[in-house]
Amino acid sequence: MNARLLPAALLMALAAPAVLAQTPEEKGLEIAREADSRGEGFGDFQADMKMVLISKSGQTSDRELRVKTLEGTGEEEGDKSLTIFDTPRDVRGTAMLTFSYKTRDDDQWLYLPALRRVKTIASRNKSGPFMGSEFSFEDMRGQEVEKYTYKYLRDEPCGELTCFVVERYPQDEDSGYTRQVSWIDQQEYRTWKVDYYDRKKSLLKTLTASDFSQYQDKFWQPAKMSMVNHQTGKSTDLFWSNYRYDTGLSESDFNKNSLKRAR
Amino acid sequence: MISSAKNMKNGLATALLLAVPLVSSAWEFRGEVALEGRYFTQDSPYPQADYSTNGSGYIKPEVFHEWNNRDDLFTFIPYARVDEHDTERTHWDIRELSWIHVGNGWESRVGIRKVFWGVTEGRHLVDIINQTDQVDQVDGEEKLGQPMINLSTVRDWGIVDVFVLPGFRERTYAGEEGRPRTPLPVSDNAQYESSKENQRVDFAIRYQQYFDNGLELALSHFSGTSRDPLLIPDSLTLAELQALIATGQLPSGSDPEFIPLYNVIDQTGLELQYLNSGWLWKLEAISRSGQGERFNAVDGGFEYTQVGLLDTATDLGWIVEYIWEDRDDSLASPLASDVLLGTRFTFNDVASTEILAGIIYDTEDEEKAISLESSRRFGNSLKASLEARFYTDTGKPQSASQLYRDALRNVNTNPGLGPISRSDFIQAELVYYF
Repeated sequence: MNARLLPAALLMALAAPAVLAQTPEEKGLEIAREADSRGEGFGDFQADMKMVLISKSGQTSDRELRVKTLEGTGEEEGDKSLTIFDTPRDVRGTAMLTFSYKTRDDDQWLYLPALRRVKTIASRNKSGPFMGSEFSFEDMRGQEVEKYTYKYLRDEPCGELTCFVVERYPQDEDSGYTRQVSWIDQQEYRTWKVDYYDRKKSLLKTLTASDFSQYQDKFWQPAKMSMVNHQTGKSTDLFWSNYRYDTGLSESDFNKNSLKRAR
Repeated sequence: MISSAKNMKNGLATALLLAVPLVSSAWEFRGEVALEGRYFTQDSPYPQADYSTNGSGYIKPEVFHEWNNRDDLFTFIPYARVDEHDTERTHWDIRELSWIHVGNGWESRVGIRKVFWGVTEGRHLVDIINQTDQVDQVDGEEKLGQPMINLSTVRDWGIVDVFVLPGFRERTYAGEEGRPRTPLPVSDNAQYESSKENQRVDFAIRYQQYFDNGLELALSHFSGTSRDPLLIPDSLTLAELQALIATGQLPSGSDPEFIPLYNVIDQTGLELQYLNSGWLWKLEAISRSGQGERFNAVDGGFEYTQVGLLDTATDLGWIVEYIWEDRDDSLASPLASDVLLGTRFTFNDVASTEILAGIIYDTEDEEKAISLESSRRFGNSLKASLEARFYTDTGKPQSASQLYRDALRNVNTNPGLGPISRSDFIQAELVYYF
């Protein structure tokens, strides 16, 4: 998990008001690029996250973690991020370092405090659940524009706003999805809702984002994201708090030495 | 119990405590406490360890403090275990008592710490900084705290770590009442090659680099007292020797021990790892001199994970490794020409359920060590695990008399897994995190 993480991931796109005869594919890509550019230039940020896993019968289970992200500057290089797990308590102190790339798989390392060991994550597990939640690993990762193709579907009212409805198709063959349909408001390009379709093309999950706040007069982040799995009846609520930008993070906060003392 | 304590008296700990300012609010206290029960499926070959169930428990509190905008970090982790039968397994240790200071591109780590080196799962060849707390866990993953001064520097061309290691920790072994145990109990009076005995200052250096094509490399060198002793049977008295020659048995009341001999060694290590399309290739190799003839050892293989098995959330990981060593047979480890096959089922559920099954197969004498481990969480703070270890097609445990008869006849055979062969067990453990 990584990068601008979900919030920015959700900020998908906006189409610049129709230029001549654009195909729906061109318009979809344009929306994605615009949304992406609105998340750019953040430098670094830190935030706390709490996940509430809700079973079919309503039983809940919590996970708390903290995220530190440094924006990537290179052509190929994406963001670098450090995720520190606080609960459940048996994984307390575990930390994950991610180097993301625009066009290839991320490099990831996991620090296991009991063994004092840094392990390279080899698994190409994208569709699997993140910490047993309804969010998969790919949902939690940085959503580089290049990793999808797009198609604009229609405009649709969403609440008091008007949304673009855009479909996107993962290019990664390990993705658990065939397509995702997003509702993106035309004013600030925030993603309010995403429908995820599984490999059998059936509706699998719906993500709803709410309680957006603007930081640094620029970046919109939701305080709550809910993922509902329509096939299992389970859901996960994700609460973001303590968003901080310009916290002074640098490259030296994202190497194996800093991973080992992440805490 | 006493042996753990005496090694700690090196002043470093005290010096460190005084160096750390005891004022500020960012103190954190937490830890874990556990209960363990074992059932041994066979009768013990040793009359002193004649039982089939054993209870044990440990406590490991952790104290953290950070200040100076997290550029200074203090850690204190004491550890204590109580065992129902084995007085040697009832022991305590300071796992960590350290101060880390982070500078610009470097950091210093001073005090008692634990450091892990390596990439493979079968045998941790390269890992050498800490002594193994052998009596605590049979898998050798548990380590004793090591006093050290470690400087680490991060550059574009890699990370370099330099270690000065004052003070040596002796390996812990099960006592006479322990299961599994050694054929002879291991003496507290270790012999050292160095005249400074356990006060010798050892050195180590390690270079590691990560390349963005998926290659990771580390080179290391250690110069100092071997963490891995040779166990030498104690000399017999003339009366004992005469009885052995006359009757083939040691006289009753004779309790010979193994004397651990700690040589001064030089060990160079290589770690290589290459990740390509989900295949993680791993290699560890060492060359060691100073303990008999120079020898080399290698552990290499791969790890691969099948994700989303049969359209479920379950992942199935595979680990295959070959472990080899060219050491003189009588001194060779039981893992001198062995294949490790491991499988790990990760269910990715709310309880983080996992099942790990592994077999280590000796291609020369066909000994097999089998392990099964499974764990899951209950609620937020409780973790339960079930574990089983079995040894098959192994040699038989030797009695003390047999061991000396062989020595007399100059029969120098490697016992392999013989000494632990009749200590198959099933274990349940419950850990509470506070």
